[in-house]
Order: sequence, then C-alpha cells, then structure tokens
Amino acid sequence: MRWLRRARGGAARGLACLAAGGCAAAAAAPPPSAQRGEAIYARCAACHALEYNRVGPKHCGLFGRPAGSVPGFDYSAAMKNAHIVWNAQTLERFLAAPLKAVPGTAMTYDGVPDAAERADLIAYLREAGDSPQCKLK
Amino acid sequence: MSFFATPTPVLARRLFLGRSGLVLSGPAVALLAGNHTLAAAAGAADPKDVQILNTALGAELEAIAAYQVGAQSNLLQKPALDLALTFQGHHKEHADLLAKTVEKLGGKAATAKTNYDFPTASLKTQADVLRFAAKLEQGAVSAYLGAVPLFANRDLSKAAASILGDEAMHWAVLRQALGEAPVPSAFVA
Repeated sequence: MRWLRRARGGAARGLACLAAGGCAAAAAAPPPSAQRGEAIYARCAACHALEYNRVGPKHCGLFGRPAGSVPGFDYSAAMKNAHIVWNAQTLERFLAAPLKAVPGTAMTYDGVPDAAERADLIAYLREAGDSPQCKLK
Repeated sequence: MSFFATPTPVLARRLFLGRSGLVLSGPAVALLAGNHTLAAAAGAADPKDVQILNTALGAELEAIAAYQVGAQSNLLQKPALDLALTFQGHHKEHADLLAKTVEKLGGKAATAKTNYDFPTASLKTQADVLRFAAKLEQGAVSAYLGAVPLFANRDLSKAAASILGDEAMHWAVLRQALGEAPVPSAFVA
C-alpha cells in the first residue's frame, strides 16, 4: 500500500524535523563535529584542561556530573548551588551565556554565541570524556 | 630612541603610551598609571567586575608558574629561554596590576596556588614546552576576549583589551618559534 508507506515516511520526517528544531534548520546545519569542537576547545585552554583542575575544573567526567562537584576544586558559591547536572542540554544553555545561566559564576566569559559552535564543542566534550586520557583519570 | 630599538618591554610600553596618543581614561588610567587614590575615588565597583579581574588574575598566576616550569625544565635553549622569561615577566606585570586593581576596587585578590598540576610528563623537548606555552597563550587571548564585553566599567574593558593584545603577541611569537604560521587567521575567537 503505497499511500501508507508515504504517510509513514512523512510522519517519520516530521518527527525528525521536530527533534532537529525544524526541517529548514536540520537541512542547513551540519551535524555536530567533535573534530571542529576540539579546535573550539582551544578557547577554553586559559583556564581548563581535560585531566586536571586549573583555574577552572577538569572536564574529564563532565557528562552526568553535578555542577560544583569536582573534589578539591574551589567553586564559586553560585556554581555549588546551581543544581545543574551537566548534559548536552545544560551545557548548551550554560555555554551560550555562562553569567546569565549561573549568575555569580567565576567563569567570567562571554560564552560561545554561535549555536553550531556550541554543538561542536559539546560533541567534543562528550567524545573527550570517553578518550583514553580521561579513562586513565 | 626608536620604539623598535627599546631594550626592555617596560621601556617600550612607556614609550608607546607616551607617543602613541593612546588615551586610557577614568579609573583604568589611574590604575594603569599607579594612581591608586584616584582609582579608589572613582566610586563603588560592580562586584562582577571584581570577579572578572580575579578570574583573570588566577589565570595570570598560573601562566607565571607554567613559564617557571618551562624555564627550569632544562629543555629551553637561548633564545627560546629568554623569550619564555620575557613573557613570564609580562604575566607578572599583568598579575601585579590585576591584584592591585581588585584590591582598590574593594575585593580580595586571588593568590597563587601552592601547587599547579601541569602535564610535565609530556614535556620532553623544547618544542613541547613552546607548544604548551602557545596553547596557554591562545587560551588567554580567548579568555580576555570573552571578558572584555562583560565589564560594567568600560575603562576596565579597555585595560583588559590592552592585556589581550600582549597575549596575542606572545601566542604569535611562540607559533613563529615553532615554525608555524605566526598569525593563523584574521580574527581571534
């Protein structure tokens, strides 16, 4: 039944478009790239590293970690009380404008305004969490 | 004396500020010139500005420690060693200025950690040390770029932008020393 296959295909595309935030956007935006994200991560290198705490906390183990919870790191009161668990959605919101997302955070950085760059950066942070250098920590 | 022939960065900076017509006004001028009384009279500071300065100070203190590790690694030969010590001196000047500014604005200046966790095991050659330093300097450029628009006091933005320019030069010179294109693109991010 051709009409049923067509209807199913249309529904699937519709759901995919909803998940992607719209078909036009889904068609225009390339998928997030951890490789591009690694280049964007260079902007974080004044304060952050994957495996160890610096001016900012380490990023190994970031996904699924409650904000303000790396042992031995001296967080701002704002971050300790942020009640955030880091995942793609919370990182997306925070990285867009850190001081608006968590007023009082010591991460006094204007953020990554470009949504595609944020997606790439988040893809890198996720992938880096599974890297051998993070697995050793 | 030519600006390009100045023997020290401090003298060059003084000469630059004196001849360039660069105007840094308000509290930032006072702070940069060491006129703390004027700076203190400038009014109550925005707490966010103090936090921004303190975060920058923390990164500057770490950079000073990182260059110390590089200088003591016995991996750097002249002229790379001289370069590292010169850049460390700049970071000391930045840190000194930032600490004084934080205190004059009523904050408590961040202090250096007793221990920094640097990836020393992966530093085996001069190029490794220079690459590590270049990465820190690149990050510093981005950090200052991300801080400049946040200051409530625009004079502090200007002062931070002045430091950003210095960090960008460090990054370019280190890339050059590594045999890489010193200025890889028209914009920094």
